Amino acid sequence: MCTLEKRGNIFFLTLTGDGADEHRLNPTLIASIRTALAEAKSQSTRGTVLITVADGKFFSNGFDLSWAKSAACGSPSEAVNLLRHMVDLFKDVVADLISLPMPTIAAVTGHAAAAGLMLAMSHDYVLMRRDRGILYMSEVDIGMTLPDYFTALVRSKVARPEVRRDVLLRGVRVKAEEAVAKGLVDSAHDSGEKAVEAAVRLGDEFAKRKWDGEVYAEIRKALYPELIGLLGLATRSVVKARL
Amino acid sequence: MCTLEKRGKIFFLTLTGDGADEHRLNPTLIASIRSTLSEVKSQSTRGTVLITVAEGKFFSNGFDLAWAKSASGGSPSEAVNLLRHMVRLFKDVVADLISLPMPTIAAVTGHAAAAGLLLAMSHDYVMMRRDRGFLYMSEVDMGMTLADYFTAMIRSKVAKPDARRDVLLRGVKVKADEAVVKGLIDSAHDSVEKVVEAAVRLGEELSKRKWDGEVYAEIRKALYPELIGVLGLTTKPLVKGRL
Repeated sequence: MCTLEKRGNIFFLTLTGDGADEHRLNPTLIASIRTALAEAKSQSTRGTVLITVADGKFFSNGFDLSWAKSAACGSPSEAVNLLRHMVDLFKDVVADLISLPMPTIAAVTGHAAAAGLMLAMSHDYVLMRRDRGILYMSEVDIGMTLPDYFTALVRSKVARPEVRRDVLLRGVRVKAEEAVAKGLVDSAHDSGEKAVEAAVRLGDEFAKRKWDGEVYAEIRKALYPELIGLLGLATRSVVKARL
Repeated sequence: MCTLEKRGKIFFLTLTGDGADEHRLNPTLIASIRSTLSEVKSQSTRGTVLITVAEGKFFSNGFDLAWAKSASGGSPSEAVNLLRHMVRLFKDVVADLISLPMPTIAAVTGHAAAAGLLLAMSHDYVMMRRDRGFLYMSEVDMGMTLADYFTAMIRSKVAKPDARRDVLLRGVKVKADEAVVKGLIDSAHDSVEKVVEAAVRLGEELSKRKWDGEVYAEIRKALYPELIGVLGLTTKPLVKGRL
């Protein structure tokens, strides 16, 4: 599932499981992530930072389609309903991350596909290991369109039209170096451990800035007007500075 | 304060003061800049160009928070009101520049922070000295959100989502060469004399094109629909060409 641990100023949200666990985003994991984020938010102070990591071969392979199929008891239309249900539930995870009152870093320690890639990209900074793992928006290959907030998130974080097209319309599988060149992630690191170490170094640097979390979240939201509109979030003006 | 001088076809708007003057944007300086821009506009002809420079170590260090504090008589909420007042007044400076009927060039001759960086970015072309000075959006460090027209300007002039994030959410201090890479400015030059010379060379080149100022301003506004919406400006079709 998912655990939350605090070391110094840094909250570590870990998607847990054995090495083969795909950390599929089903209603249970989604609820677990939301609880962890609510807890991090409640403990937010100046200088706190969130780092999200995952155990094993996968960061997250997206929505739990096999859960949808088995819970649908053989009805294809019910399976699609359950998929849509997960899409709706996950939207709140994205909203939680986009409004989290602290800097957020995803250390992509394995494959990230579809909603799993969206989970990573919902963070302010994305670091990835270069020795293993690919990023992949699988929807075009599977045969399904993307939720509105997925495309808004890609538009918000990826500038180049040809990259957006390659990722969404061509279903490219992108390793870390290429992901940096494409502007999908911020940096590539030699191994899973090095990616996490780099995330912690970055987190420590941010912690020293002691940003006010509420102001930070409002400035973040103001960067992504299209996305926050779809997520049902709004911004407001805040002045915490002692003038 | 601020002076206006015309040499040939080029208007020089100079933020004046001794070497340590931060050219803080208080109501007095804002009014002075507006009347200067109004004078420039009234003398606009085909081929005129505006170049904005500043004396001393700073281009502009943003709103005059010290003035807001002292004018508030010790009331923190009144200081915030006065800050908001300056934010509203300065919006008109940005609107004036975005609708100025001639090309505009900012020669960033020193530090430009917060509203001071916005002032520079409100120009069509921004060149900067590389030997001194940095660009910095200080709001996240100070603990205040940004005015809507600030974020709209950043979105209008800076394409890369990671550059926008680094500038607004991470509060990076950017020297000229890095500013070119991030797409914040057009070019970097070896010294203050060289950046002003480069601005004049560009101004002369643009002047030779003898653009109709009204058409130029309409085309400029049409480049930035989100920004002009927030500034309360509109565009209109014009045909001045002899077809």
